[in-house]
Amino acid sequence: MVDWRKALRKLDDYRWELDKTYKPGMRVPGLIYADEHMLDLIGEEQAPEQVANVAFLPGIVGRSLAMPDIHWGYGFPIGGVAATRVEDGVISPGGVGFDINCGVRLLLTNLEEGEVRPRIKEILARLFENIPSGVGSEGRIRLREKEIDEVMVKGARWAVEKGLGWEKDLELTEENGCLGGADPDKVSQKARKRGVPQLGTLGSGNHFLEIQAVREIYEPEIAKAFGVERVGQVVILIHTGSRGFGHQVCDDYLRVMGEAVRKYGIGLPDRQLACAPVKSPEGRAYLAAMACAANYAWANRQCITHWVRETLSSIFGRSPEELGLRLVYDVAHNIAKIEKHRVNNKEIAVCVHRKGATRAFPAGHPDIPERYRQVGQPVLIPGDMGRCSYVAVGTEVAMRETFGSTCHGAGRVRSRSAAKRELRAQDVADELTAKGIAFRVAGKSSLVEEASEAYKDVTEVVHIADGAGISRKVFRADPIGVVKG
Amino acid sequence: MARFEVVDHTADVGLIAYGSTLEEVFVNAAYGMFSLIADLGRVEEKIHREIETEAPDQGELLVTWLNELLYFFDAESLLFRRFEILRLDRTWLEARAFGERVDPSRHKVKTAVKAATYHLLKLEEGDGLRAQIIFDV
Repeated sequence: MVDWRKALRKLDDYRWELDKTYKPGMRVPGLIYADEHMLDLIGEEQAPEQVANVAFLPGIVGRSLAMPDIHWGYGFPIGGVAATRVEDGVISPGGVGFDINCGVRLLLTNLEEGEVRPRIKEILARLFENIPSGVGSEGRIRLREKEIDEVMVKGARWAVEKGLGWEKDLELTEENGCLGGADPDKVSQKARKRGVPQLGTLGSGNHFLEIQAVREIYEPEIAKAFGVERVGQVVILIHTGSRGFGHQVCDDYLRVMGEAVRKYGIGLPDRQLACAPVKSPEGRAYLAAMACAANYAWANRQCITHWVRETLSSIFGRSPEELGLRLVYDVAHNIAKIEKHRVNNKEIAVCVHRKGATRAFPAGHPDIPERYRQVGQPVLIPGDMGRCSYVAVGTEVAMRETFGSTCHGAGRVRSRSAAKRELRAQDVADELTAKGIAFRVAGKSSLVEEASEAYKDVTEVVHIADGAGISRKVFRADPIGVVKG
Repeated sequence: MARFEVVDHTADVGLIAYGSTLEEVFVNAAYGMFSLIADLGRVEEKIHREIETEAPDQGELLVTWLNELLYFFDAESLLFRRFEILRLDRTWLEARAFGERVDPSRHKVKTAVKAATYHLLKLEEGDGLRAQIIFDV
């Protein structure tokens, strides 16, 4: 076991650098955002080794970055950010992951906690009925064979055109819910077959739908711009991605990239990092297919949003507009994007891989919605179901240091099987109930696998990101009801 | 001897599959993967699917084989419980998988496996053969 405290150099209270000499082949140093306590958790597993491995990618610039929620993944660490030059660098599907455009979307309401709590069981039961969830769940949408190609190209707009959402939802979604360059010809029939039955499903594992109440507001002006005015206001958080469609796209291109690594003679310490030059035919094809999957995910979250609106509208007997069910924002946290960033005092095009990391652009950035241009991009950071979630805002520091990125959630500390061995479903259920959190879970094992004990405390993660300045916390919301697959 | 064993990995799930021949390792890895997904006790052999796949080496062939099977779970809701290897060499595999469609009234589905990964992939000879695979779940 490596003694990470010796291998890492402390730069300040929240920054630890991994020197390029740590492992021959690293092209840039690594940088981990952590405090002393978090570093101990991170060091217990091999995540820092993975930070070093990512630094091998040809064309990587700046540093191989790890957000404070970093944990051991496959290939890339989860919580890893890497930017590669478009000109002569590579793109790696492993730097995006299987769940392409896994992300979160936050909906506002003008409901008060006091109005929702007494009806929470009914709300969860109806959401559970209306939004398919769980392993192998099939959607309510019956896509015709060719229609999935439209979903791939149009993203969230496809759903809005079908009447599943509002035009202004698109403005409040990263990339307006549609990543450019999507080319369905680059997507296999198998991905289509996996994608057709699953559009409009939540899925399982860590995916969820939560009814939350705002508990603490740190930046009232910014919170107000985001639509949150008071403690007790109810908000709804949706966490899901591109389902089997994205998994198949990733798998297909890992095979392509395995070949590409040999063809272009790229030396890598882990084959899950397989990659190809961004500008090569393989690299371009992956980007085009990845965009299809990203768009599928945005359409997925858009469909679910619509059913949440319908459900609440029928329960409270008021229209979604009257209930104020507008989007705060929708962010992708597993994605690769071509963006412009300053590297060595020159603005260049880079491919930013965010694998379990959230874009966090500052005020004034042209890529964020007009509505938030003065304050910065909302960053949605879900915690585990027994604790809380945060909304933060992007900063200039993130722009300078992390290619405009910050953390994406709590990060696991305990494996699913360890959680199952060490925790009892009944205890987890009792604990949630004691905290006033109602729940509906499709699979019983989700309850223990997703228990608070399996995760780092998101409050610590957000505190480190805030302390380092790569995002600033705006408000916190606590769950009052959870739907899990 | 156990056919497979589940190993811990923080964010994901690992599996070690055993066998005295390579064919057995491939079969046991597939069986192990479907055991992660569901309780196979009440799965009947009503449907079968033919799988043909190739990869640059045996390790990748194993990952590819498992991902081919996962495809059938997602696209057709099929749970497999028995596997026959028809042909297996260094880069080529032909096999048959037997099972049925998920029926929630009889089958307990536990975990959605997203994919078999190449991460920490090992295929070793020692006391018999063994393979380690990490799944993204």
